[in-house]
Formats: sequence, structure tokens, C-alpha cells
Amino acid sequence: MSAYLITGADLAGSGRGDLLIIDGRFADPADAPADVERIDADGLVALPGLVDLHTHLREPGREDAETVATGSAAAARGGYTAVLAMANTNPVTDTAEAATHIAALGAAAGHAQVVPVGAITKDLAGAELAELGLMARSAAGVRVFSDDGHCVADSRLMRRALEYVRAFDGVIAQHAQDPRLAGPDACCHEGEISGRLGLPGWPPAAESTIVARDVELAELTRSRVHVCHVTTAETVEVLRWAKRRGVAVTAEVTPHHLLLTTDEVLGYDPTYKVNPPLRPAEHVAALRAALADGTIDAVATDHAPHARHDKEHAFADAAFGMVGLETALGVVIETMRDALGWAGIADRMSAAPARIARLAEQGRPLRPGEPANLVLVDPSARAVVDAARSASLSRNNPWHGRELPDPVVATFWQGRRTFARDSAAV
Amino acid sequence: MSDRASDAATAASRVVMDAEQIARACARMAHQLLEANRGADGLVLLGIPTRGVPLAERLANAIEAVEGVRVPVGALDITLYRDDLRQNPTRAVGHTRLPVELDDAIVVLVDDVLYSGRTVRAALDALGDLGRPRAVRLAVLVDRGHRQLPIRADHVGKNLPTASSERVQVRLAELDGVNEVTITREVAQPSETEGDVG
Amino acid sequence: MRHLLSAADLDRQEIIEILDLAEEMAQVLHRPIKKLPALRGRTVVNLFFEDSTRTRSSFEIAGKWLSADVINISAKGSSVSKGESLRDTVLTVAAMGVDALVIRHQASGAPAQAAQWIDAQVVNAGDGMHEHPTQALLDAFTMRRHFRGRAGEDGDGPTDFTGRTVASVGDITHSRVARSNALLLRTLGAEVIMVAPPTLLPSGIDSWPVEVRTDLDSVLERADIVMMLRVQRERMSGGYFPTPREYTVGYGLTRDRLARLRPEAAICHPGPMNRGLEISADAADAANSLVLDQVAAGVAVRMSVLYQLLGGADEDADHARATSATVKETIR
Repeated sequence: MSAYLITGADLAGSGRGDLLIIDGRFADPADAPADVERIDADGLVALPGLVDLHTHLREPGREDAETVATGSAAAARGGYTAVLAMANTNPVTDTAEAATHIAALGAAAGHAQVVPVGAITKDLAGAELAELGLMARSAAGVRVFSDDGHCVADSRLMRRALEYVRAFDGVIAQHAQDPRLAGPDACCHEGEISGRLGLPGWPPAAESTIVARDVELAELTRSRVHVCHVTTAETVEVLRWAKRRGVAVTAEVTPHHLLLTTDEVLGYDPTYKVNPPLRPAEHVAALRAALADGTIDAVATDHAPHARHDKEHAFADAAFGMVGLETALGVVIETMRDALGWAGIADRMSAAPARIARLAEQGRPLRPGEPANLVLVDPSARAVVDAARSASLSRNNPWHGRELPDPVVATFWQGRRTFARDSAAV
Repeated sequence: MSDRASDAATAASRVVMDAEQIARACARMAHQLLEANRGADGLVLLGIPTRGVPLAERLANAIEAVEGVRVPVGALDITLYRDDLRQNPTRAVGHTRLPVELDDAIVVLVDDVLYSGRTVRAALDALGDLGRPRAVRLAVLVDRGHRQLPIRADHVGKNLPTASSERVQVRLAELDGVNEVTITREVAQPSETEGDVG
Repeated sequence: MRHLLSAADLDRQEIIEILDLAEEMAQVLHRPIKKLPALRGRTVVNLFFEDSTRTRSSFEIAGKWLSADVINISAKGSSVSKGESLRDTVLTVAAMGVDALVIRHQASGAPAQAAQWIDAQVVNAGDGMHEHPTQALLDAFTMRRHFRGRAGEDGDGPTDFTGRTVASVGDITHSRVARSNALLLRTLGAEVIMVAPPTLLPSGIDSWPVEVRTDLDSVLERADIVMMLRVQRERMSGGYFPTPREYTVGYGLTRDRLARLRPEAAICHPGPMNRGLEISADAADAANSLVLDQVAAGVAVRMSVLYQLLGGADEDADHARATSATVKETIR
């Protein structure tokens, strides 16, 4: 395998240094062999490989929209060395066999570590627990369980799930959406725009009431709960209250919820239809503040690829979701660089998600002995996003045509370069 | 017809009919109408907007002065029957008011200027959808020639030979505050406004 | 006017032009030959994803009386069940070379989305809970005739809607008619009051240029027009109100309320009516009910709209002249 000597990079904001990659790990740069490939990283920032807690890879079932191979390739382009693949595939990932299959697909593709998320309930039906233990014991080693797409609304079932996974240090990741307050038709933040446009509203209370219940249940069961895609100021307040009390709750926010507001849906363009929906500016501000102070622990993309025909419907009928693996870091740099700095970005996009997902080899410091999972970032590069230039099979990209930071220069996973942008430096 | 003297770069405008001449022309046409029709029976005057309408009223007044009978007067807007709708932005439609049923009536179309004949052609098409008059006559204040269709007026206030580059404008007190007919030599291309297409 | 997607697309002058032209078009109803040649050679497709015999036939007659070729396509269930996307359905229809699409869809925004995808002109015939601009126009036409004493006089009337108060009562949240009416009537200068139980008031209505009330009795005597909106019995399963009888007692136009209206006030309803629920039989059939006039107005108003859209040159055409404003002025 190749060896790389990366020189002059700013190491996650802690100062300039060199990195030697040999046999999949970082080593003392002084031990670089003579035939090492040198990479001049002067002016670049080195971050630990990014970890995405929330990705939809669509395989099995919708390989027309994305496959494990294409999705993980997109991840590598975005600087990710690990992605957690949500369970709402077809068939649902609710057995050890299904989970193992997905992990194997990821390993074969070789672009990033693909870790399957196990469903909480059989077939995502919200009625009976899935084989959580068998999935945990499988070769895939599932630790994160989620019915994402659906909310586990039954309080007793949620309690049982939280209790059960404590045995193997699992975490229940909740898609917080009270189905009685925001049903399957709800597609627009409930407010002035939903009323004017005649779109079914999705009130913040539908999210925050579930989160409030779940933190109480997490405390009751002495177990860990994770909140997927937080979108409201109300939920942020609940998280602050819960963390003050020492509840084992973690939370994630998507890049699009850090920058886009509900104004985007004014033209009824289904590109901006996502669940949970985009919110008004005051919520975006609250989310940024929460990510800055750690109330929200991590950024997760909720990368949701869709075939074109699934989006080319009337707004209310179109599929929910946006692609986001390749633009995530750029959006976070655009919105949070001043508040977080590179160390903060490294934490929110790598260390924290790796910790939540219990991925021992990910989110590690950039030091000799650690696994060589790394992304080299050009802090000043910007570009106009072109949806067509993507490793993903899908084009439902809300950033198309916008100018954003275009930071990823190269990605290394287990010491192997999984992505390199065409440039003289790499 | 709109007052567009401002359009002409260097307008050389002359009055070809003053108020008194217009009044006499109306009186004469009224006599001719009655003579041709052997009285006022069955006559229905329909003015073509815009200035055909007050003209029709004046003719009706003149007929009443001679014959002591008030013939029905109305308005027939022909915009929707124009043959050039598609060549211009959507045109506003004027008001149509039919005072009586037209079946078996002697309809007299009244307009200010007869020019290409297309307005009258449109009016005939419109009348065809409205009923079956026994006869249709045409009375115009000014015939300026340059017919593009085989149309002729039965009663003419004044024959006015013109060049295509000239612009004929009829002003009536009811709408314009003054009574006169003017010819203006325009430097620019003659535009197809309402009055000129008549 | 390229499309008519929302009542907000029209300014006051445009609305008045449409209403005035509708008065002219209304004469066609009484003629032996119900035909005007203005749209000859134009092709209009009624693309209805949601059933509506009344609106669709109204548009169909309107197009045919203007000599357009009118085709009805009922896309209900066809595109969605076959997996064909809305875009594909619209593009397929437009590819046949149509001049205008009249679209009704159960999802808000579908006509606006369609207008982005095709060259043809689009009329919104009702989209979900969003708007129904031609309904608002025919309501305004009907109200104006009522205000003018039903004489249909020509010439410049008084500023017909200034100082008038229109109360819209019922399920505002789910009513595209209410939204379009609020926009149109405000543009015309009327005061609009929206009355509903709190559960049927849309979010954000406080930012609309309307007065919001939950007590019908407090506004009855102020209204020149009371517009009763249909309440769907299905709304009960959503828990919006407990029982039909409670709704009627609180918000129905009962015989008692009918008697308390001002003598010159009038009643409107976009139909179809739930007699006994939001409107009593007495009110529906009262002398001051304009419901049948509303229905009759539909064709004339839609003829006017179709003419405004299709009666002249395509706006994109090279030979469209810049003197459009003066051409219009000429006729007046």
C-alpha cells in the first residue's frame, strides 16, 4: 500500500505539522521511507475523516436513486471516511443478515466505512422490536438503531427499546415527529408561509414534545437517546434542559437546516421539500447557536437521494429529501467556521459522531498510532455548486447554482486515498 | 380615434371639416337614409365604437327632427371579430348595446371613418351572429379611400381622397370637446389604430 | 397576462378590465348564436386532476363560445397510479401543441409548478387549499352587479367595492376560494372579515390584510356580503369541531341570522352547498341570495379570462408591439 507524507498542514486548528501515513495508520514523520509520496499541504487544513451519523444509501430497493457504492463514493468526495446507512431500505434493515449484507457492500466498494443502522421496530411498523441484539452481535456490529422516516410514537415501545439496547451500549436514534401533530402529509413549517401557500403545516411542537418525552425515558431507563435532525428552537431548549440534568441525550443537525429557511418553498419547488421541513430564520439562528455551544453534538447530512421522477410531482406529492454528502463540509464552513474554528468543526463532524456511534477507529486525533482517516481541506476554495458533478446517482440538490466553500482536496480512509480533487498539490 | 398629434414628428395638420360642416353632413345623411328607406320604419342605428356611437346618436337626433320618430340606437363593438387579433397584444373590448332584436331590421352601421373596410367586414360578421337583419346599410362621416376589401358605404358625409401616409382624425364634442375632422401628414409609418383601420 | 395562477397576479385595473369584459361576454348567453370568433384556432386543454363537473364545464363552454378548440383530460388517478410524474403528464399534454392549460389539482402549487415547465399559458382552476382565482373573479362580478343594482350598466360606475364589507365564513384553512377572495377583494378596495372557529383559521392569518373573528354574530350587521364557505363533514374526523349541530349554531347562516342581516346585504356561496350545515335552506333560497347568479357568472368570467390570456399575440412573439398600453387606451 502507498505511503504518504503530508507536509505543512494545519492539524485541525492546533497548528502546522506533518503527517506520515503507513500501513493504514499515522506514524512519526521522521520514519518516512524514501519512496514515500509527498503531498504539500501548505495552506491546507487536515481534519479527521468526517463521520456521517445519518445517510440514506437506498440499497437494497431503490438502486435507481443510489447504491452503497455510489453513495459511499459521494461520501468520500465530501471528506467522509464513515457513513451510517439508515434502515429504511426495501427490505428494511431489521435483521442481522440484512445488516451484514450492507456492511459487505460497503467494504467491497471501498470508498468509506459503511456502518448499517438497524431498525428499531420490525419493518419500521412501530409495533414490535426488531432483532436489535442479533444485529448488534452480527459482523456489522450495529450500535445505532433508528426507524428514521418514522417516529417511534408509542411511549412504551420507546421505553423498551431504550432499555434493551443498554445491554450492548446501543443508542436509539429518534426521528422526532409526533404523527398526530404532524402527519405524513405535513410538508411545510406551520406558520405564515404554510397558511398562505395552502400547504399542510408541521408545527415545532410535533418535534419538541417527542424529544421532551424521550429525554425523560432516557433518564428513566438510564440509557442513551440520540435525536436525529433537530430543526427547532423549541427542541434546542429541551436539549439544554435535559443536558443540564445530565441525561444521556445527543443530537444532530443537518447542513441544510443551518442555512436554508422556509422561504425556499415559496415557489413550490420540491427540491426544498424535506422532512423535517426547513424552518424560519429564528430557528436557523437557534440551531447555529446550539451547534456552537455543543447543545447539538454533531452535524449529520441526512443525505436523501431521489430519482428525478419522485421529485417532479406537485409539492405535496413529491418525495422528501435532499442530497448532501458532497456539500456538507462546505455548508458548515460557510455557517459555522467563525463560531467553531477548525477544532470545533473536527469535533462536530468527526469526533462526536464517531463517539455517538461507538466507532473506535473513526474521529481519532491526528497523531502517530491512530488510524489514518483524514480529509485535507482548502479553507479558501469556493465554487458554484453543479448538481451534475456528483458521484451520487441523484440530483435533488438544493445547493445547485449557489456559491459555497468547496473545501475537500483529498480524503484518506484507513491510509488509502479515497478521493483526490484534480490539483497540482495532491 | 386617439388624439395622437404628438406622434407626428413634424405635423402638418389641416382641418377639412369644421363643426358646421359636420352638422350639415349628418343632416344630409339623415335625409338620405329616410329617402332610401322610404321613412323610418325598421331602421336600427348601430354605432361602431368609439366615435361611431355618438355619430349614431346624432343621426338619430337628425332623423327625429325630420320625421318626428326616434329610431332605436345602439352600439356594436367589433373587437372580437377583428382579423388582426393575433398580431397585437390583447385588445380591450368595447361595449355592445343592442336596443332591439335585429331579425328583419334595417341595420344601419355608423362609423366615423371608412378606410380599409376591415372594421365593416368585422361588423358584418358580428351581425351575422346576432340575428338576420333584412338589410344592412353603412353610413360614415368620412370615406378616405384605400379599400382593401370590396366594401362601400351607402351614405357618406364627405369623400376625402388621402395618401396612406396621411392620418385622418375625427373629433366629436361628446368625446373630444370639439367638432372637427383633420388630416395630418405624418413622417412616421401610418399606424393601424382604430380610426384608421375603419 | 401570461398566466393566471393567483388572485394576487392581478392589479386593480386588470381586475376591472376582466369584469367589464365579462359583462360584454355575458351578452352571448342571450344570443341565438352563442359564438364569438376571438379564440378561433386556439387550443385549450382542461387538465383536471380533481373532479369538478361544474368548473370544468364552465371552462369548456367558455372556450367553445369563443371558438377555441377545447379538450378535457381527466388526469385523476392516471398519472399518480401509473407512476407518471406530474411533470411528465404536463409535458405530454403540452407537447400536443396546446395554447393554454386550465389545471385543477388537489395539491397546492401544482399549476405554478406546471407553468415553470411548459411554454403554454396556465390558468389555475383550483389548486389544493391554495387558490381559485376565477372563482374569486366571478364572485366579484356577481357582487359588483349586486352593488350596481343588478342593472349591469355600462360606463364608469362608482368605485364599487370601496367601503364595502365582505364577511367570509367557514373553513378558511382548507378553502382556496377564501384565499383568492381575500386577495381580490382587498385589491378592489373592500374590507374583508374572515370568520371561523379557531381550529379552522389558517396559521399566519394574522398577517393577512383581513380582520379575523371567531364570533359570527358580532359581524353580521356590518356585512354587505356574507360569503358562506362549504364545510366538509370529513373535517369532523380531523377534530376541527365536535358536531355538525354545534358548528351550525356557532357559524351557520341560520334563519335567525338571515333576519339580522342588513336589508341590502346579499348572500354568496361558492357551492356546492351543505344545506342545513353552513347555510340554512331559507338563506340559500332567500331573495338576497346570489348563489345562482354566481353560477351564471362563471362562463362569462371565464370567457373574459381566456380572452385576456389568449386573445392577442403571444407575449413572447417577435411581432408583439410595444404600443399595447396605447392600443388599449385607444378603445376606451
